[in-house]
Amino acid sequence: MILDGLLPVLITMALALLVIGAVRRINLWRAGQPESVSLIAGLMAMPRRYLVDLHHVVGRDKYMSNTHVATGGGFVLSLALIVLVHLFGLDSKILAWALLAATALMFVGALFVYKRRQNPPARLSKGPWMRLPKSLLVFAVTFFIVTLPVAGVLPEDFGGWVLAVILLIGIAYGLGEMLFGMTWGGPMKHAFAGALHLAFHRRPERFGGGRSTGLKPVDLGAEVLGVAKPSDFKWNQLLGFDACVQCGRCEAVCPAFAAGQPLNPKKLIQDMVVGLAGGSDAKYAGSPYPGREVGQAKGGPTQVITEGLVNPETLWSCTTCRACVEECPMMIEHVDAIVDMRRFLTMEKGNTPNKGAETLDNLIATDNPNGFDPGGRMNWAADQNLKVMADVKETDVLFWVSDGAFDMRSQRILRAFVKLLKAADVDFAVLGDEERDSGDVARRLGDDATFQSLAKRNIAVLNRYKFNRIVTTDPHAFHCLKNEYKDFGGDYEVLHHTTFINELVKAGMLKLDMYKGGTVTYHDPCYLGRYNGEYDSPRELLNELGIELAEMERSGFRSRCCGGGGGAPITDIPGERRIADMRMEDVKATGAELVAVGCQQCTAMLEGVVEPRPEVKDIAEIVAESLVEEVH
Amino acid sequence: MPHDLNLAVLVSIGQHPKSGRARRAEQDARAVELGLKLVGERLELLHAGEAQQEVLRSYLGMGLKEMTLLEQPSAGDAVPALGRYLAQKRPDIVLTGVRAESGEASGMTPYLLGEALGWPVVTRIADIIKVENGEAEVLQALPRGQRRALKVRLPFVASVDLAAETPRQSAYGPGRRARIDNASVDAQQDQLRSQWQEAPARKRPKRLKVAKAKTAADRFKAATAKSQASGGQVLQNESAQEQAQALFKLLVEEGVLR
Ligand code: SF4
Ligand code: SF4
Repeated sequence: MILDGLLPVLITMALALLVIGAVRRINLWRAGQPESVSLIAGLMAMPRRYLVDLHHVVGRDKYMSNTHVATGGGFVLSLALIVLVHLFGLDSKILAWALLAATALMFVGALFVYKRRQNPPARLSKGPWMRLPKSLLVFAVTFFIVTLPVAGVLPEDFGGWVLAVILLIGIAYGLGEMLFGMTWGGPMKHAFAGALHLAFHRRPERFGGGRSTGLKPVDLGAEVLGVAKPSDFKWNQLLGFDACVQCGRCEAVCPAFAAGQPLNPKKLIQDMVVGLAGGSDAKYAGSPYPGREVGQAKGGPTQVITEGLVNPETLWSCTTCRACVEECPMMIEHVDAIVDMRRFLTMEKGNTPNKGAETLDNLIATDNPNGFDPGGRMNWAADQNLKVMADVKETDVLFWVSDGAFDMRSQRILRAFVKLLKAADVDFAVLGDEERDSGDVARRLGDDATFQSLAKRNIAVLNRYKFNRIVTTDPHAFHCLKNEYKDFGGDYEVLHHTTFINELVKAGMLKLDMYKGGTVTYHDPCYLGRYNGEYDSPRELLNELGIELAEMERSGFRSRCCGGGGGAPITDIPGERRIADMRMEDVKATGAELVAVGCQQCTAMLEGVVEPRPEVKDIAEIVAESLVEEVH
Repeated sequence: MPHDLNLAVLVSIGQHPKSGRARRAEQDARAVELGLKLVGERLELLHAGEAQQEVLRSYLGMGLKEMTLLEQPSAGDAVPALGRYLAQKRPDIVLTGVRAESGEASGMTPYLLGEALGWPVVTRIADIIKVENGEAEVLQALPRGQRRALKVRLPFVASVDLAAETPRQSAYGPGRRARIDNASVDAQQDQLRSQWQEAPARKRPKRLKVAKAKTAADRFKAATAKSQASGGQVLQNESAQEQAQALFKLLVEEGVLR
């Protein structure tokens, strides 16, 4: 065929550009901070991580996962065979036929991509992404045709100059998009960066069904605390940003985005890409941060992010609910990045908005966020006759009370739980005035120094006593104690109270009546569900009471945040709606008269919604009301 | 603001009213805030007291690279050391809090310093509007949100009231990295204090307030309106002897002196 001489040249050129681009791109990532990864093991694990873990997420959208397997698989196969057949010129009918099959597969996949792009949902980015299906089709078709003669289907000298020129243009265009674009910032970049991101992910524990949600500690002796410039991120975080496919799944689930607050996780990740590569966001073709114009942001690897690239309000709008991380097919860690940048704002700039500074000052001076007398932690339990660890030294269950001790509404939850513990004859004790705030809020507000100080002092107290397990009614404390204290030498078995009560009920320690009220739904707290994977115990427990849950559309791992996490009520960034109101709408849509929760923060947020609205009760309260009290 | 304006802020170790823990004192932090507004980083931060008090870093975290520590024993008297240091440095303005949150908390430091330096003392200021031609325009805080504008010649000592601008957040990182320089001064034992005995404070009896307001509007007025000087007496032309006599009589009447 006429192209025979030209084809290898073109392919070689495209591959050379691919390699040059790759080196360039890798150097952009290497501007980040060192973080050790295991190169070989990571690369070896990559295919499995792609096929299993990534597809586990992508597979929530069956259409897209099948499409991606066909297109991506077809492309990788085609490329390998193209190199063998057209570059090295291996004259093998089998290989040629295989290449035909691969391009055909890719073609079919690309057709579905094309179809999806006919009427793309708002969450998808437009711009160059709109041309991608066409590029895929051109690549598949042209290589299909030029392979036909090799496979012996068509004569070697098939076609004239016209066809040759058309094919040549097609090949150049296809190779340009697929190989040149892959490492020079085109849409196909996601394949290159994504594969490496999977290999060198900062939280490898997430693969193979694991979970890794605790924030990483800050080295308080470092020159700059937190992330000021893109180059302050770890290199593999930068790599992760680059892997984003702009699918907007994160945007679609983000409660702050839905509330019209100036945050869009997809845009944030794209702004990080702008930062690491340098330039402006003018080419961004997705939804903006609500209420903010696109095109104004500028940044570079060594420019301070919050001075021109991302407005601090964007960072402070996040509730750290992790819905975006859970949904992201590329397993990008938005929350890590947001908290990293908050750390700089709080610990270097002293710029935590609204009540942030006051809350942090209180935590430093009184170990609780509202500045209450730390000697008054046990006042709520004046009539409860609780054992205190300082007296008993040893117990089976250590009840971690949390700052709910100072809040009248939360005290009702605490009392209900104590009632259950007593009814089941559990050997338990509390720390009393020796307990401190877990550090959750301080950490999410970016003050890791205060978090670490609280954590270390709590651990020192805990390590003085003997107990088997910690149980708490506060999912935030639960998460800190269970996942974040490990870095400071605190390794405990920690249970959420719903898990524990469920155990008691299953063991027949509690006698319960059937629930007699109307329809009930359950709101999964982010820090219990997505952070710790506990979706079942609360549901089982409610089932024990004879409650048939009317589930909300967004429940379980897709639960929508109540708006209370991450210090968001403290930094209080204005939006168009309140997140708690939206969540209450979700509740109302089920027709429930009661929403069961497992978190005092969720209780406070949901009860803050104006009446009339369904009632809000903690599961401990619901169970305590159904308790059959035996008269001795 | 003149570029060569020199400003020293004296800070003490505060104490949280609920936890009793050391903290950035509220008035002193406001003095630092005011100082930062006037001269920025050039402000000289001073503390006379024991060394190694980490909480001093919460003042530095407001955006200062260094501070000077005049090291004193725990029972030391801060005033002579501060007086000597300031007399030698001769700043234009010295800012302090009104009263310390811990220790003696007598509120005497600004007065004693004013006396030692021979400078005027302006109490409870809310703001310094400007400094021009060796003169500062100062706003003094009066009860009920009222302000009194004063013109004061430099140099002077001023105590900063809670009514001043709330202090900025203290940032951990810069506070940690800032330097605390030791200036060598002779420590001086507080002779008087060493003879004192400390006892928990007793609640002071409050003067009975007769509520005259009948309506909400009245109460609002009572809370906000300028206090009417009633029954007061202005002694301007009398001799010092007569003035003192009148004061003495009042103090006896009020039961302050017996
Ligand atoms: S963690 Fe939640 S609030 Fe924050 S960006 Fe992700 S989805 Fe939005
Ligand atoms: S960050 Fe993840 S979920 Fe969001 S657009 Fe990018 S790839 Fe999609």
